[in-house]
Amino acid sequence: MALLPFTLPFAELEVGNHLYWQIGNLNLHGQVFLSSWILIGALLALVLVGTRKLDRDPRGVQNLLEFLWDYLRDLARDQIGEKYYREWLPFIGTLFLFIFVSNWGGALIPWKVFELPEGELGAPTADINTTVAMALLVSLAYFYAGLSKKGLRFFELYVEPTPIMLPFKIIEEFTKPLSLSFRLFGNILADELAVGVLVYLVPLIVPLPVMLLGLFTSAIQALIFATLAAFYIGEGLHEHH
Amino acid sequence: MTWLLLAEAAVPEGGLFDLDATLPLMAVQVVLLTFLLNSLFFRPVGKVVEDREGYISTSLADAKQKLEQVQRLEAELTEQLRGARQAAQAAILEAEQEVDNLYREAIATTEADANRTREKARREIEAQREQAQSQLMGKVDEFSTKIIQRLLAVS
Repeated sequence: MALLPFTLPFAELEVGNHLYWQIGNLNLHGQVFLSSWILIGALLALVLVGTRKLDRDPRGVQNLLEFLWDYLRDLARDQIGEKYYREWLPFIGTLFLFIFVSNWGGALIPWKVFELPEGELGAPTADINTTVAMALLVSLAYFYAGLSKKGLRFFELYVEPTPIMLPFKIIEEFTKPLSLSFRLFGNILADELAVGVLVYLVPLIVPLPVMLLGLFTSAIQALIFATLAAFYIGEGLHEHH
Repeated sequence: MTWLLLAEAAVPEGGLFDLDATLPLMAVQVVLLTFLLNSLFFRPVGKVVEDREGYISTSLADAKQKLEQVQRLEAELTEQLRGARQAAQAAILEAEQEVDNLYREAIATTEADANRTREKARREIEAQREQAQSQLMGKVDEFSTKIIQRLLAVS
């Protein structure tokens, strides 16, 4: 930074600094929770405003909510199937909405306005804890869905179509959450870093295309995470006979 | 803003891949958000959308049924209309025939009447002519007798 003649207050890069909250001997990343509470608050406010007066002839925000609902239903129904998608729609939909709001909120809200003593606010999904938490929830949901619908016959999935698949299927159970979490985390963090570096080098205009690309990637990542989650759960529920 | 630092002591190193209690707490938060959104968003909005879908499909079925009914009624009415038209045609034909018959009858009676009158008149004329002729003959006879008597008286 000393190489440059001037520095901008909003163009400093920090990686891996966290605002630590300590409860007992547990450490929490405060900035992740702060930004996620703000974003969840915004999401809930939108939902509350939109569902205040639900009508058969939709008006205003209700249109947006119905569009979202329809979109998420199609997503869940395509992946899970007509029979079971209803039970899983809230989970899939919440994953999508939370990731989407986090990604876009992280990109669109000028978090630098809020000074933190340590670390910086940003997309909650740019923290590995958030993405791993959601990926593990998806794995839990997958096992829960399969075991509750099929009992122990769920494990037949591992030897189908042939028992040779067994080791690969077992490895897959570990790679699924790993790829889910790292894909989301890596994309969002990389986008934040790319925008940060560009803003640091050329503060005007030049970062805009990358920012737009970042918005696009953010939306796509939310869709990918939700679609894959639905696909895994659908796989757990799938009848093989 | 230092209140945000709940405790200053023993701050960990940090780093990109620093997994700690944020993970389970975030998982709990997402699960809570799922239940919250389920009751605030997915259930009410889903109910409205599915109610509307049901309303639309029942209205559509209703409208289809009504359309069928209308088509059936229309066919029935067309049938009735055709029957009525045929009846009217038949009535007109009958009336025309009747008028024609009446006309012919009237002409025939009138003609017969006229013929009868003419015949009667002709016969009367004939009779009068004959009468007149016979009277004339009588007169001729009388005159000729008178003429003969006169001639006889003169001579």
